[in-house]
Amino acid sequence: MSQINRLPTCGRTDPSQTIKFIFNGKTYQGVAGDTLASALLANGVNVVGRSFKYSRPRGIVGHGMEEPNGIIQLGSGAATVPNLKVTQVELYEGLEASSVNGWPNVNFDLMGIIGLFGRLMPPGFYYKTFMYPQKLWMTYEHFIRKAAGLGKTPVEADPDTYEKINQHCDVLVVGAGPAGLVAALEAGLSGARVIIADEQSEFGGSLLASNELIDGSSASDWVTSINSQLESLSNVQRLRRSTVFGYYDHNFLTILERRTDHLGLKAVSGPRQCMHRVRAKQVVLATGAFERPLVFAHNDIPGVMQASSVSTYINRFGVAPGRKLVLATNNDNAYRTALDWHRAGRDVVAVVDSRSSPSGELVELVRGLGIQIFDGCGVIEAKGSKRVRSALVAPLNSEGTKVVGAVQSLACDLIASSGGWSAVIHLSSHTGAKPVWDEKIVSFRPGESKQQERSAGACKGTFGLSDGLLEGATAGAEAAQRAGFGDGVVQRPLPAVDEVVEQPQQTLFLVPHTKPTSRAPSQFVDFQLDVSAAGIELAVLEGFESVEHVKRYTALGFGTDQGKLGNINGMAILANALGQSISATGTTIFRPSYTPTTFGAIAGRDIKDLFDPERYTAAHRWHVEQGAAFEDVGQWKRPWYFPQGNETMHQAVNRECLAVRNSVGILDASTLGKIDIQGPDAAEFITRMYTNSYLKLAPGKCRYGVMLKEDGMIFDDGVCACLADNHYLMFTTTGGAAGVLAWLELWQQTEWPELHVYFTSVTDHWATATVTGPNARKVVAKVCSDIDLSADNFGFMDWRNGTVAGVSARVFRISFTGELSYEINVSANYGRHVWEKLIEAGAEFDITPYGTESMHVLRAEKGFIIVGQDTDGSMTPADMNMDWVVGKNKAFSFIGKRSLQRSDSVRENRKQLVGLKTLNPTSVLPEGSQIVNDPTQAIPMAMQGHVTSSYYSANMGYSIALAVVKGGLNRMGDTVHCPAADGSVIAAEIVSSVFYDPKGERQNV
Amino acid sequence: MLLIYCPHCLEHREEEEFSYGGEAHIARPLAPESLTDEEWGDYLFFRKNPRGIHHEMWYHGVGCRRYFNATRNTLTYEILETYVVGTQPQITGADA
Ligand SMILES: [Zn+2]
Repeated sequence: MSQINRLPTCGRTDPSQTIKFIFNGKTYQGVAGDTLASALLANGVNVVGRSFKYSRPRGIVGHGMEEPNGIIQLGSGAATVPNLKVTQVELYEGLEASSVNGWPNVNFDLMGIIGLFGRLMPPGFYYKTFMYPQKLWMTYEHFIRKAAGLGKTPVEADPDTYEKINQHCDVLVVGAGPAGLVAALEAGLSGARVIIADEQSEFGGSLLASNELIDGSSASDWVTSINSQLESLSNVQRLRRSTVFGYYDHNFLTILERRTDHLGLKAVSGPRQCMHRVRAKQVVLATGAFERPLVFAHNDIPGVMQASSVSTYINRFGVAPGRKLVLATNNDNAYRTALDWHRAGRDVVAVVDSRSSPSGELVELVRGLGIQIFDGCGVIEAKGSKRVRSALVAPLNSEGTKVVGAVQSLACDLIASSGGWSAVIHLSSHTGAKPVWDEKIVSFRPGESKQQERSAGACKGTFGLSDGLLEGATAGAEAAQRAGFGDGVVQRPLPAVDEVVEQPQQTLFLVPHTKPTSRAPSQFVDFQLDVSAAGIELAVLEGFESVEHVKRYTALGFGTDQGKLGNINGMAILANALGQSISATGTTIFRPSYTPTTFGAIAGRDIKDLFDPERYTAAHRWHVEQGAAFEDVGQWKRPWYFPQGNETMHQAVNRECLAVRNSVGILDASTLGKIDIQGPDAAEFITRMYTNSYLKLAPGKCRYGVMLKEDGMIFDDGVCACLADNHYLMFTTTGGAAGVLAWLELWQQTEWPELHVYFTSVTDHWATATVTGPNARKVVAKVCSDIDLSADNFGFMDWRNGTVAGVSARVFRISFTGELSYEINVSANYGRHVWEKLIEAGAEFDITPYGTESMHVLRAEKGFIIVGQDTDGSMTPADMNMDWVVGKNKAFSFIGKRSLQRSDSVRENRKQLVGLKTLNPTSVLPEGSQIVNDPTQAIPMAMQGHVTSSYYSANMGYSIALAVVKGGLNRMGDTVHCPAADGSVIAAEIVSSVFYDPKGERQNV
Repeated sequence: MLLIYCPHCLEHREEEEFSYGGEAHIARPLAPESLTDEEWGDYLFFRKNPRGIHHEMWYHGVGCRRYFNATRNTLTYEILETYVVGTQPQITGADA
């Protein structure tokens, strides 16, 4: 039994090329040009999935991205893709797919039993049942997910590559149906740079399945001709399989191009998908329309389909998805499906039209074929389980709100329904334009937009072909003109179309049943999430009025199809239940993405090593060769510690710290921010930015400063050196460098442009080696002969120019360890050379390279703060016990000064920086620990502060910590407690924050 | 994603090159010490938050590294003009 529904007419497929594929474990055959949906229908596969809530069997309903039921998992392993629509997957040899919904399988489904209890799961069921008690949510969630089977994310890394392209164009045309094609041609002929994108595998849109005549030949011939015209224009870029999924501010649009998905298992190279980030001067939206299904009882049984989809399967794919058709409609257009079905040689049982005495051209054509038309009637219910067996038909009143006569049953296996068309206004809505309901066309139209865009054709509510072509051509010419090309006049004559005259449709969404909606068999609005008309009415009874609330309460539109078919019907049913018009009920604002978008494409190449730049110092390779462990500091890779042999981090850090205090250590300090500041007003400017004064700082001298934000809180700190008259070098923290430069520029440019001062970031120009420890002078002396290193001539906080290891250097006597220190700065190109010479020179003193961890311990022993670790943006200099750094008598009110006098800055009991010494000398406080006075107090305890830095100090022989404690400076000697989450408590004594060398004598030798 | 015209570079550039600098035209008081806490607090913390026309600073950090002002509609995200620091906007809202 193969391809029982394949027609001798093949549409656009190629029956000579057969393709094998596997669906839910069974092997089938399709042909080239099939989608997975058309191939499944050709093979007579009825059930393709199960619904989310009631687990009802579901079949294919649509033919494009609106499909709610045929949701599959493609492939397996790392490259598996969940939640694809069968209607959008192009068939390829060896394709393997399975339904995402259905447990244990789609044909026998345990959860289906729950379907029998459907009435026990009303809307809001999840909220009402699963939200309480909250702690059971995890249990429920597991059950729901397993039952619903929302597709599986691959657990392995994605083997595919993705690409991003930034593009600019004059005119972007979205959609390559009739309106989009002529728009692109008109814009292209004007010379504008045009991009036209369409989500389907080939251009043509609805014309690919149309048997209308254009200029006397078939629609598909016309598409071929216009395609080749577009192809001949080098200024037109054509993107197939490309979904424009987002329309953002200032005409920025994103396009997902699927490049290799359709090639399947064939060996392919290059990126799988590509995201185009397009800035368009003008946009033409030609996104078409969706047919709207009629809502009737049990309309979800497999074999109920969209009328236009049935036509598409016949005309484009050569597949007739059934034998005996009943067509349910409220409009003329759907009669085309009856004609197509008849032409396919299949049986049209009847057309059921809700209007009385329809007589449009298409209606008469159908009548002329002897097909029975039930006018003034509706299909009120479908019968069947895994496939439609019959349609129940009954006469309706003229408003279509009531069944007014006897019900009869028509045997059939296919019910095609059409409730009219809904314009695809999604992208227009992304721009913030509010959709407008139009009673005449029974659809929303795009609202007024602030962007440079216009809609054309069906997406504007213009459903006729010739009108759509005119609108498309006009839009294309106008968009080009607005972008600076052409005169806005359509250049090509419009093709002639034999337009049939259609009679108006009836406004009908929900077909009434003999029973009231609340008691009728389920009339489904949202197939994927099992939202029924009764559910929407119940939500209204429970007091919901806003469409946004009803959507969330019932889950309408929240599936992977985002309610493309159900939303308008749902809103109409809501409006009716509220007794108001659709426009009064409002609409929902559509937001990106238009369709689900692969994360890989959004990330593109910005993954793994390319996710963020990495910055290396000049001596980086040396550190790697020595086996250093690295730490990320911003984008910098800094040596963390240098383990020897089998040392643990703790052992290495202890060794490094002891070496610095007992002999000499060396640190790569190149990452510290360095800003070169010049200009006649440099000193004045710097003095306004720091808390202390630089007006009298002489060349050759350095000063430590703290920078505040205007709110008085510490923002950065560092040393600033006077290099020469009007020339300074400002050091910043490693992480703060960029922020400090922007901060300086802000004040100079916006507040004090009269100050002549210039800033240049020179961080990367210099490599810095810090030689520190009692033997530092002896080491430096071996490689530097032109600087007098004696304490008298080169003192603490001085700097000198000289030559180190044959390289011109700036040497600073500044210290972050509290030891005798030389920070040797050389041009970064010589960084490694000088580093190695220093190592060589230090060998006899056992010079020890150390990393950031030892640097942290050593400075904590000295009570030196790290901005951002010991401060958190709410700490003043006084809080840090650093009042000495604030120049109280500076003439200019430096940044932050006034705030230091605010009542909150001077209040009692602010948190202050202190040291903590644990009572047990070996227990190290976790950083971030909260500090309390009484660990036995009931929760919530009175918090006194928290631990900001904490280490074991090998030099002190005990654990040390820095902390901020309320009123801490007046609490020396008090015992405080740090309770941990596991119930344990560490007790510590409040001590001075300076543990080592409190008088600061060691750095001053 | 905004497209912003830098009045220094004289070109439209992508938003990624810029960072937002907060409300424009707030002058730092010349004598902060003479202000009450409340007056200083007004300068420090209080900002307009209009629905519509807003004058704000932007910083072309990945470009010319210069601050400039923009008049932006906070409702539509339209940038109606950009102008250099020290000059006044041409377009003003109801409460400007
Ligand atoms: Zn610029």
